[in-house]
Amino acid sequence: MSEGKPMTAIEGATVKLAPPPVALVGVSKRFGATQALADVSLDLLPGEIHGLVGENGAGKSTVVKVLAGIHQPDAGTIVLDGKPVLIHGPAHARSLGIATVHQEPRLFPDLTVAENVFMGHAPTGRFGSVNWREMRRSAHVFFDSLSVSLDPTAVVRGLSMADQQLIEIAKALSIDARVLILDEPTASLSAHEVDRLFAIVRQTRDRGVAVLFVSHRLEEVFQLCGRATVLRDGRHVVTAPTSELTAADLVRYMVGRSVSLFPRSASKIGDVLLDVKGLTRVGAFRDITFSVRAGEIVGLAGLVGAGRTEVARVLFGIDRADAGEVLLEGKRVRFKTPSEALRAGVAYVPEDRHLDGLVAGFSIAENVSLPIIPRLFPHLFIRGSRERNLAAGYTERLRIRSTGVGELIEALSGGNQQKVVIAKWLATEPRVLILDEPTRGVDIGAKVEVHRIISDLAASGLGIVLISSELPEVLAMSDRIMVLHEGRITAEIPRAEASEERVMFAATGQNAEETHSGA
Amino acid sequence: MALSAPANVRAPSRVGTLIGRAARSREVTLAAVVVVLSMFVWFEAPNFLSSTNLISVTALTAIIVIAAVGEALVIITKNIDLSVESTMGLVAFVVAEMLKGQNIPLPAAWALGIGLGLALGMANGVVITIFRVPSIVATLGTLSIYRGLTYWVANGQEITTSDLPNGYTDPASQTIFGVPLFVILAIAVVIVAALILRYTVFGRQVYAVGSNAEAAATIGVGARSTVFLVFALAGMLAGVAGVLWGIEFGQLYASSASGESLAVIAAVVVGGVSISGGSGTVVGAAIGALFLGLINNALTVLNLPQEWLQVIYGAVILLAVVTDALVQMRTQRAKARSRMR
Amino acid sequence: MTEDPRPTGGPDALQPSAEVSIAAGGHSVSAMSRVGRSLLAAARMETFLIVLLAFVVWWGVKLSPYFLTWSNFGFSIQAVIEISIMSLAMTPIIITGEIDLSVESMVGLSSCVLGWLWASGVPLEVCIPIVLAVGVLGGLFNGFFVVRWGLPSLVVTLATYALFRGLGHVVLGSTVVTDFPASFTNFGFGYVPGTNVPWTLFVFLFLAVVTVAIVHGTWIGRQVFAVGKNKEAARYSGVRVGALKMALFAVSGLVAALAGILLTSRTSAATPDAGLNFTLAVVTIVVLGGVDINGGKGTVPGVILAVLILGTLKSALTEAGISTDYQNVAIGLLLIISVVTPQLARLVRELVDRTRLGRRRPAHDPAPGEVVR
Repeated sequence: MSEGKPMTAIEGATVKLAPPPVALVGVSKRFGATQALADVSLDLLPGEIHGLVGENGAGKSTVVKVLAGIHQPDAGTIVLDGKPVLIHGPAHARSLGIATVHQEPRLFPDLTVAENVFMGHAPTGRFGSVNWREMRRSAHVFFDSLSVSLDPTAVVRGLSMADQQLIEIAKALSIDARVLILDEPTASLSAHEVDRLFAIVRQTRDRGVAVLFVSHRLEEVFQLCGRATVLRDGRHVVTAPTSELTAADLVRYMVGRSVSLFPRSASKIGDVLLDVKGLTRVGAFRDITFSVRAGEIVGLAGLVGAGRTEVARVLFGIDRADAGEVLLEGKRVRFKTPSEALRAGVAYVPEDRHLDGLVAGFSIAENVSLPIIPRLFPHLFIRGSRERNLAAGYTERLRIRSTGVGELIEALSGGNQQKVVIAKWLATEPRVLILDEPTRGVDIGAKVEVHRIISDLAASGLGIVLISSELPEVLAMSDRIMVLHEGRITAEIPRAEASEERVMFAATGQNAEETHSGA
Repeated sequence: MALSAPANVRAPSRVGTLIGRAARSREVTLAAVVVVLSMFVWFEAPNFLSSTNLISVTALTAIIVIAAVGEALVIITKNIDLSVESTMGLVAFVVAEMLKGQNIPLPAAWALGIGLGLALGMANGVVITIFRVPSIVATLGTLSIYRGLTYWVANGQEITTSDLPNGYTDPASQTIFGVPLFVILAIAVVIVAALILRYTVFGRQVYAVGSNAEAAATIGVGARSTVFLVFALAGMLAGVAGVLWGIEFGQLYASSASGESLAVIAAVVVGGVSISGGSGTVVGAAIGALFLGLINNALTVLNLPQEWLQVIYGAVILLAVVTDALVQMRTQRAKARSRMR
Repeated sequence: MTEDPRPTGGPDALQPSAEVSIAAGGHSVSAMSRVGRSLLAAARMETFLIVLLAFVVWWGVKLSPYFLTWSNFGFSIQAVIEISIMSLAMTPIIITGEIDLSVESMVGLSSCVLGWLWASGVPLEVCIPIVLAVGVLGGLFNGFFVVRWGLPSLVVTLATYALFRGLGHVVLGSTVVTDFPASFTNFGFGYVPGTNVPWTLFVFLFLAVVTVAIVHGTWIGRQVFAVGKNKEAARYSGVRVGALKMALFAVSGLVAALAGILLTSRTSAATPDAGLNFTLAVVTIVVLGGVDINGGKGTVPGVILAVLILGTLKSALTEAGISTDYQNVAIGLLLIISVVTPQLARLVRELVDRTRLGRRRPAHDPAPGEVVR
């Protein structure tokens, strides 16, 4: 769609036209024993949106952090306007005209929108005093030019993720950045918000800014980017105009080999375990009705922010519902705390294992036993051998690689950490298991194993609710798929009829004729 | 359904926003409470507004206001300074000691006292920013160290008005156009601090660091230098408060100003400065101090048992933070609702 | 510190990116050394405390040949018995990331309630349970605001610090009750029959053993650490964070009330000023004992060592003829030194690194271990 210049990264650096505002040349970065980046070269051109794709762990974020000045490369150079530079830190990167919008907005929640945009370079009047009127005015002009309706005097705390992301972009553009880096900016936006974001990014490109767009959503890369670079295992695989690539190419470059991802074994489907009727939480979701049978995997699909995690949080007793009811094996339940849900046989593998799933500083055994520790030791005192045996049983069953169950959790790889989270919930011997993005941030090998585990669990008679943003995963694993859009169920699709298109249509709220029917 | 309105709802009108914001602002509500309470006290005890009473109320309140301004700066950066009372006590005693023994001109002694406060604040700052000791631990230590220094300087002695130059305590009761001198000084300190916080780059950095230190770092605002400066300023203002304390009381012990950290922090918290950093104003802190001072005086002029004072202080602090929590919960929920629509 | 549902990804919710965590997780070799390092760090703190204790005892013995005797040891602890037992109760609170500043005022309040009840003719056997109940109620009051309203405990207990002290004044006015029976006041001074070990030392040792057992031996203690290290993960794991904190505050109130009774017994006087400035000493002991003021880390044995150091130091200082006013300086200095010393080593290391690397690597380049919160 944009003018794809037919040249590769290396050639680009030698062409005698205007030099790229910024380029990485042979950059390597190592964290301990892990080579995060190995000899990566990449150039960004003015007026071009450059896509950066790759699996989780391919090194995308490290590229972003090197350019943003958060990490310094071990080898190789960053070339700015043809001259090699050393970026000392985030502030230095900004002063060089490289603005980064991180996945999670980094704003000042207590301050106003305008001040967030201009913090660090506020317009000043006489005696160097902050000129608030001018600041508000420029913010207004700025948002108008981006066709965004944001009140510059509003306080940031409580604004939606999408608005916060826009403030980040405005912040980046307000320093007259020549390079704009967007790290997975669409991860938590609705379809409508994504469109708005893209319009702004294109506008930015048209002003001559070089944009690096990092994403794992391929369709977005094709929509937006002139060229795309694929990373795999920290190495540069290919850089090419998107017009010369197909989605299949990209996937092949990303994974490097074709693996059969999801070994789903058939399981016997039994009685209804979990029955959710008309569940509503104001501001999050409404009128959610579905049921889960023993041995069944029910996928909850939808865009991030559609209300899937919110439903799970209510089912697990973290939040309270405003209306509707939940039946567990025919009995009406209303959990006030996660501990009640656990005792009743509901377990929830949370979306963010660092924040909610694991206790850093605890060993594998201590993490695994945490939910059941009062039940495990009814006489209060912990017997270490019993705890270790329990954990060892699960590490064996789930094939968790470690030096022993006494190893600290932060020493494990992402995939093994995720398996510990699952082990921890299995130890509670649940009847219903809710998995929220169980393979996020997990390498491909571990992903297959997690899928095998889920499949086995279903076969053993558990009722499973699988929340995932990765469509192929939901499609391959689920017996039925409930699609949520803006807090409502917009479709219920049985396995046989499921396709990416159908789910995607429902998830973006585009199928008016399809309404859900009770199971 | 498919196409929702733009995510953010703009406020209906400018005036509406202003009134709403004013009603929600702690400064305005608290000031209103102060006015209502004063009227009530005045109605019950007409001598409340007598000039002798006003001067005696305001002198101590002015001292707390000045210390509270410094404390507010510290708390906005998400730190805390428990050592204010010891700084005040040490400065008050050292200034008096200088005047007692040596033949030092008054202004020089005062300047040295304020300088001492600055140095003590900087010492706090060094421990907190260079040695990265949590401020609550660091100032807990200096709270007793500075107090100990006072005992060392005092060496078992106390200082009475007769040891000090003639008329040393007079400024405490002086007025300019009917306004007590201390009050003018306190108002000046509040105005200057408010202007600095609102209109200087440093002032905005104080808020930035308290609101999200990491985000501040990514745009080149160093938390450590800002926090260091804030502690230095707080020490200096505690020094000013200490000098005034000496003038107000004239009678000084090694334990002078003990327990005032509580009053200062209470004033700041009641004044709407969030203990979790990033929000609040020095004007709020000043009104908070005024409010607590008023309660103190009301008990006296209304002949109510003085024993209830601390009970009321405690209740007022709780009330203030519970109100904050309620307001925040409500706005958060309202925003969440409007977003889902 | 709130119990409310986490705002959906606020700007300060800093999630470590998935890629880095993999990068970090990939090297279990350095991870092992990290386990070793953290063990070493804990051991180093306690070694430091033992060395410090030995030094204080050595100094004490130099001052007086009777310093290292059972009776003097008992007397050293007796002199700090109230803050010692309060430190034990404060330890798990600080490990969960909270704080209770109100303890010293609860000492005052309980002393007043005891005095007032006794003065109104209530027999002591009835007074003491009532006073202990007041302590529990006060603790629950703190816990209610912290847990139910999600308010920072620093502010809540600052408020009750004033509130409880004020209530003491209200209950007792400005009077001091002193006419307690000898049977009561003897407990504070008395010795275990046939020995020269004071009763109060037994109280401390008993509570110390109980605290060590609960914090380091039971699942309650495990949950305390879990909450301190990652409150959200603990909650998701079915830890009833609110109930746990509530219980800890209640125990803290109970122990403070017990301390109030002991102090009243020891000084034979019930007064609203009882326990003034105890909170400072209690928090100092806990931090000196190696407990992280931000929660998640610390040991009870470390705190017990800190109690012993404080007790012997005070005793030695008294022996050396240094008044209590100055003793507080020594404690304050001890606190600052104990937290600054490890930082000093870090600063020196950083300085060396910086000169060697020629400022290539800024200080905030995160070490791989930092990615998991």
